[in-house]
Amino acid sequence: MKAFLLFKDEDFDIQRKLPSNEQELMQDLELETLLGAMALEDKVLLEVAKKVILSTLNNVGAIRYRQDILKDCLKNPGIVREIYDVAAESIENERTYYLGIFSNYPSTILHRSVDVLQMFVGQLKRLRAIADRHADEFASEGFTRLFAMLKAELNEEYFARIQYHLRELTFRDGVLIGAELGQGNKGAKYVLRKQRDKQRLIKRIFAQRLPSYSFIISDRDENGAKALAELRDRGINLVANALAQSTDHILSFFTLLRTELAFYIGCLNLSPKLAGKGEPVCFPEPFQPQDHRLSFRGLYDVCLSLSVEQRVVGNDANADGRNLMIITGANQGGKSTLLRAIGLAQLMMQCGMFVPAESFCSSICSAIFTHYKREEDTTMKSGKLDEELKRMSDLVDSLVPNSFLLFNESFAATNEREGSEIARQIVRALSEKRIKVFYVTHLHDFARSFYDRRMENVIFLRAERKTNGARTFKILEGEPLETSFGEDLYRKIFGADN
Amino acid sequence: MHTIICSVLSRTADASVARENLDPPGFFVDLNLDQIVDGITAGKDDYNLRPLFHAPQKDVDEIVYRQEVMRDIENTVAKEKIESFAQEMRVMRQQLALANKVSYRYQKERWFLDAVEVYCEAVQSLARNLGLVEVKSRGLLAFCEFLEGYVASEGFSSLLAQTKKLTSDLSSVHYCTLVSGNRIRVQMYESEIDYSAEVEQTFEKFKQAAVKDYLPKFRTGVDMNHVEAQVLDLVARLYPEIFQDLDSFCDRNAGYLDETIAAFDREVQFYISYLDFIAVMRRAGLQFCYPRVSDTCKEISDSEGFDLALARKLVVEGSSTVVCNDFSMKGKERILIVSGPNQGGKTTFSRAFGQMHYLASLGCPVQGREAQLFLCDRLFTHFEKEEDIRNLRGKLEDDLVRIHRTLSAATPNSIIIMNEIFNSTTLKDAIFLGKKVMEKIVDLDLVCVCVTFIDELSSMSEKTVSMVSMVDPGNHAVRTFKVARKPADGLSYAISLLKSTGSPTTR
Repeated sequence: MKAFLLFKDEDFDIQRKLPSNEQELMQDLELETLLGAMALEDKVLLEVAKKVILSTLNNVGAIRYRQDILKDCLKNPGIVREIYDVAAESIENERTYYLGIFSNYPSTILHRSVDVLQMFVGQLKRLRAIADRHADEFASEGFTRLFAMLKAELNEEYFARIQYHLRELTFRDGVLIGAELGQGNKGAKYVLRKQRDKQRLIKRIFAQRLPSYSFIISDRDENGAKALAELRDRGINLVANALAQSTDHILSFFTLLRTELAFYIGCLNLSPKLAGKGEPVCFPEPFQPQDHRLSFRGLYDVCLSLSVEQRVVGNDANADGRNLMIITGANQGGKSTLLRAIGLAQLMMQCGMFVPAESFCSSICSAIFTHYKREEDTTMKSGKLDEELKRMSDLVDSLVPNSFLLFNESFAATNEREGSEIARQIVRALSEKRIKVFYVTHLHDFARSFYDRRMENVIFLRAERKTNGARTFKILEGEPLETSFGEDLYRKIFGADN
Repeated sequence: MHTIICSVLSRTADASVARENLDPPGFFVDLNLDQIVDGITAGKDDYNLRPLFHAPQKDVDEIVYRQEVMRDIENTVAKEKIESFAQEMRVMRQQLALANKVSYRYQKERWFLDAVEVYCEAVQSLARNLGLVEVKSRGLLAFCEFLEGYVASEGFSSLLAQTKKLTSDLSSVHYCTLVSGNRIRVQMYESEIDYSAEVEQTFEKFKQAAVKDYLPKFRTGVDMNHVEAQVLDLVARLYPEIFQDLDSFCDRNAGYLDETIAAFDREVQFYISYLDFIAVMRRAGLQFCYPRVSDTCKEISDSEGFDLALARKLVVEGSSTVVCNDFSMKGKERILIVSGPNQGGKTTFSRAFGQMHYLASLGCPVQGREAQLFLCDRLFTHFEKEEDIRNLRGKLEDDLVRIHRTLSAATPNSIIIMNEIFNSTTLKDAIFLGKKVMEKIVDLDLVCVCVTFIDELSSMSEKTVSMVSMVDPGNHAVRTFKVARKPADGLSYAISLLKSTGSPTTR
């Protein structure tokens, strides 16, 4: 039995390795804020959200599979949380059955397993009941399959069969142990056998009885009692193991169910926070990489929105067919925010989530990388430009075609001419390698040189600035301008002195 | 009636030739032969090999007989085959030991049956394997012939057949025990299904990735507790014929082990243990050879010999290289007088001389590239003894008494090895006594090695050969442990030391 709520045909491996640039993504896209809003301080939710978001899906079908499930969740949040609780409770309960110091005795292992299974059967019945009551309210392939599986596998007949075994395994009629003669005629190859009497009651009456002999261990014979217990343990050893492993398997099922649902629970936690303040969300439209799509309306930085009270500014752009976006303009005009918004939306789309925008269409990318200007290197190992180039070189080694690469004020650590030349060469090389580049920059020479060539694959955006110097945080399509409005900032800060 | 038909240690299988001695000869400790035999027999206590190494042979052909076998084992794959036979026989002995140790009848009988099974297998494969090896020695040829006949004999075939049938009968025994409260019922297996599998199958649908095992380790000893024993007794009642067969098998075959094969299993270890022992030293580059042995010719020689006990120690420790020495006696030469600096390898030289004569008399290869040795009737050693306080005679007197006893017992065919005699008296006395003793030895025409500081002895007679322990020609303070044939020059260690430190330019 599988949950298959994150992938159509595979389990989600919570131990999976995150991309090598996990740290950078966390930092540059400020993912902590998003994850925090999803997890609400629940460690399981946090871990799962992080793993799922950072493990991007690379195919449209897989994204749609999750989107459909998420839509079901948004429609039936109560039921989904109930299923999640069943799974979580089963896991919690299991921990309360201690094996204790006798964990080396099959009889103890068996006894515990029977108890745990009794508990699990109760929980499985709850799942089955939910499926019976609510299956119709779900439309996604994932939930439909899950409910159908629960109905098919966990029917009354099956529960009865489990109950029968759990009763049998208390061995009220004794333990029948098959054996052969091993070394020195000692009993060996012990196998638990099912008693014939139970197999065919009628046949037994007519069957010819084979001879049998018996003896009794006297009550005072302590060693005899020990030997008897050991013989019994040898007999039930395999079945105790099988049962204990079965409980582990069922536990794994519940664990997978919880893990996979945890992602959607995180989404259910996030959704009202945005809706509550009137921020729009939508299910994005994923496209194939070769479609070269990227267009959005009302795209905002979800992390910024989560950390302020009022709504934040959304931006529109149509960059379909472009593979280089150069964003210029006023300081603190919302350039970095837009860059982050694009990165976050792409990540969210590619894990199957809704995105913070009125609409969002994008080709899927194989991976997202960031190259942000960093604080001064405190280890004094290298100069700042060296550090940036080193980071760039490491990044190039892990790039694959159809990656997204987000530059924020990169290569500005030197003079404009040199910085522009470096940026130019790097961006050109990346374009040739089918890497989609988003570049926030003050390097006018760099931006201008692309603009002057009127290349069709480049889109230029510019942070808006009112004539009075006030910022709207709107980013509009527009050519790069010479000044970066540092003067405005100067005036704002030093304004009082003048 | 079993008797030993043939022996790989002797031409005659009966006991007319002494093949073992419980106690080592008196000179064992003086020559460090005790250490050598300790090394050879280490880890082979099972076989009680020491007595075999305590019994030197008196007859040249006995020695040749053994040398032939040793060569065969050394030069062919026979060694490997015999070793695997030995391994199986060890298993058999362990099983017999268990059969004796365990408490319950059917348990004992089963271990006995297993031992017999292993024995049959071991004997069959030895016969098969040795048949394929081209052996030349009289010893192995005789044994192979015997073995062939034994394996083909009706007695062995019937033992084999009984063993096989019984083993297969016992492995067909399947039974069930029903444990209920404190009652145990034992019954035949009636194809009841494996319940574990059914339970496992019930929960199959939940199977996820691999999970851990919950299979505790049970004790695995061979002992049975009384409950197991009672169960076994009842199983025997369920299968009365098989267990009656087992009873009678054990009664009938108590003496299954053929004495010639048992003797071979032990005696062949004489060769294998010795070859294994010297293999370590061969790998370190030391030479061993099969000596020519004569009980008449006293012209003896050895090239690149060494002290086996010392070499063993050095090789095991991986320390310095082992110094090898040559000697030879020609014509009338009988006596090696070894003098020179102290700690220069003289005693070691004399020990090596004794060791190789002794090992040669066992039929073993000896240290050296090539050797011609004398098969003596007796070997005497006279090494300095710790002062014995129970013995009120003075040390000098004690020395003389011992020498007298030796000389009285010695015949012209004996060998005497004397080490530092008369150390405890004045030089004048020592020269006088030394000469007297030497005259006796010369008169007896004894082969002798005499380590001494008395240079005068080295030129006493045409029978003496002077050997001197050498110092480094460039630096007289450095001893080489080399002992070479050369006139005694009276250069003691003290003088050599003085020379080297005194005036370097005068050298």
